[in-house]
Amino acid sequence: MTPEENFMRKIENEEKIEPKDWMPDEYRKNLIRQISQHAHSEVIGMQPEGNWITRAPSLRRKAVLLSKVQDEAGHGLYLYSACETLGISRSEMIEQLQSGKAKYSSIFNYPTLTWADVGAIGWLVDGAAIVNQVSLQRTSYGPYSRGMIRICKEESFHQRQGYEAILALAKGSEGQKAMAQDALNRFYWPALMMFGPHDSESAHSAKSMTWKIKRETNDDLRQKFVDQTVKQIEVLGLEHPDKNIKWNEERGHYDSSDLNWDEFWSVINGNGHCNRQRIEHHVAAHDEGEWVRDAITAYNEKKRAKSAQNAA
Amino acid sequence: MSDIKAATLEYATRLGDDSVVLGHRISEWVSYGPFLEEDIAYGNVALDYIGRARMFYTYAAELANDGRTEDDFAYMRNDREYRNLLLMEMPKGDFAYSQVRQLFADVYYTVLLPELLQSKDETLSAIAAKAIKETKYHLRRSRDWVLRLGDGTEESHKRTQKAVEQLWGYTHEMFDMDETEQLLADAGIGVDVSKLRDAWHKMVSDILTEATITVPEDSWAVRGGRTGYHTENLGHMLTEMQIVHRSHPGCEW
Repeated sequence: MTPEENFMRKIENEEKIEPKDWMPDEYRKNLIRQISQHAHSEVIGMQPEGNWITRAPSLRRKAVLLSKVQDEAGHGLYLYSACETLGISRSEMIEQLQSGKAKYSSIFNYPTLTWADVGAIGWLVDGAAIVNQVSLQRTSYGPYSRGMIRICKEESFHQRQGYEAILALAKGSEGQKAMAQDALNRFYWPALMMFGPHDSESAHSAKSMTWKIKRETNDDLRQKFVDQTVKQIEVLGLEHPDKNIKWNEERGHYDSSDLNWDEFWSVINGNGHCNRQRIEHHVAAHDEGEWVRDAITAYNEKKRAKSAQNAA
Repeated sequence: MSDIKAATLEYATRLGDDSVVLGHRISEWVSYGPFLEEDIAYGNVALDYIGRARMFYTYAAELANDGRTEDDFAYMRNDREYRNLLLMEMPKGDFAYSQVRQLFADVYYTVLLPELLQSKDETLSAIAAKAIKETKYHLRRSRDWVLRLGDGTEESHKRTQKAVEQLWGYTHEMFDMDETEQLLADAGIGVDVSKLRDAWHKMVSDILTEATITVPEDSWAVRGGRTGYHTENLGHMLTEMQIVHRSHPGCEW
């Protein structure tokens, strides 16, 4: 059996591919692209939510939001580590993020304008992410699959807290309710876009499905999310942003409007509200941290030299 | 309300103010750290302080017994009513500035909390018991950072020395006593902070010296936090912190 045949045999038998196993270059590249993009999304995602830490309207909400954003940073770390097993370093990945070569989820290029947006992100954005990530728990690459299992547990807590925060607003004063509706109207569509383009337009989908990196198609996952969200909006007593949402008995799913794909591609291509701001923020923090990282290196070298001297 | 009870309410509010203000400042670092692990660590420490603030304010609300909640203490008082130490409200500055402030605060809690643990007031003692464990970790972190920054590169050394000099004058009021605190110290409820300065000074000096940083002379001191005479920074901080809460009066979140 050639290494390639053995690789495909494992994929077909649902065995995980591990870092030291032989794998096709394209498989490796595809994984690096997807996992690093996922890691960058966690890291860039800290910005729109972090935007509200200092203004959270109660101490309890502040604590929950802080711990949530901290979890996202932790997810970024596991994913960078999972990606490093494929032979790329974290600093290379960060360079690719900052140069625009690597992408992150477009959803974070939308601004968080009110406190309700924090709830909407937890509920809709983390909700959409979970639909995708639950499916990725079965991905063929071992370290990624294991990372996803761990991340999913925390994400479902995030989604609950987001929904609960929106629920408090939806059941609150007129002003709070209007804030919740506005956040839903703005985040619903971009959340649907998180599943990526239609299957027919998706550049990486076919190969990723064959290799079982992806387990379900963009459109199937999106449909799951559309279906589960209808009931949630009803419970909140808010208006559904999609006027065409309608149960289709025959399909057993909701029919819905098509998305604004021009907007989708425009944001992906770097022209959303916050694309420039997000990267500049990351670059600025990274550059400002350079003297700190240099200090650690210098300190460690001094200590090493000292202990070498003592040993001699 | 008895004098002791009123003083305890004031005391719990002060300690809550210290925690919420410092927690807020630390939280400003999230997504601005020098690397991802630091974002996580900062988030952790900020969470500990927000947690402490909630415990102190909840106790203050219980003593006040006038329908106020922890959030009323945090969100419905203005800067002239806040009673936090000035050190806590200073802006985040650069990484060296924040870490030096953290070291000063962490050493302060390291000497203060074991005393508060002895308080005859069970609630204050219980809060101290929880906070002691957190402070142990906080101090390990800020001490390590000050050592690395002080004895790192020329630039990091310069920044650290400057931060120490800029912040030193705000540390003196941490050891001031007033009537309220004296009453509680005499009753075995509050801590006599005036007795803690030597221990604080020794611990901080040892760390700074190891970090090759010169310990400043006590040439200047700014005071006023406990009487509501703040720096200009606090008003801006509270404006930001309270805006959403105050824009929707009487709402649940």
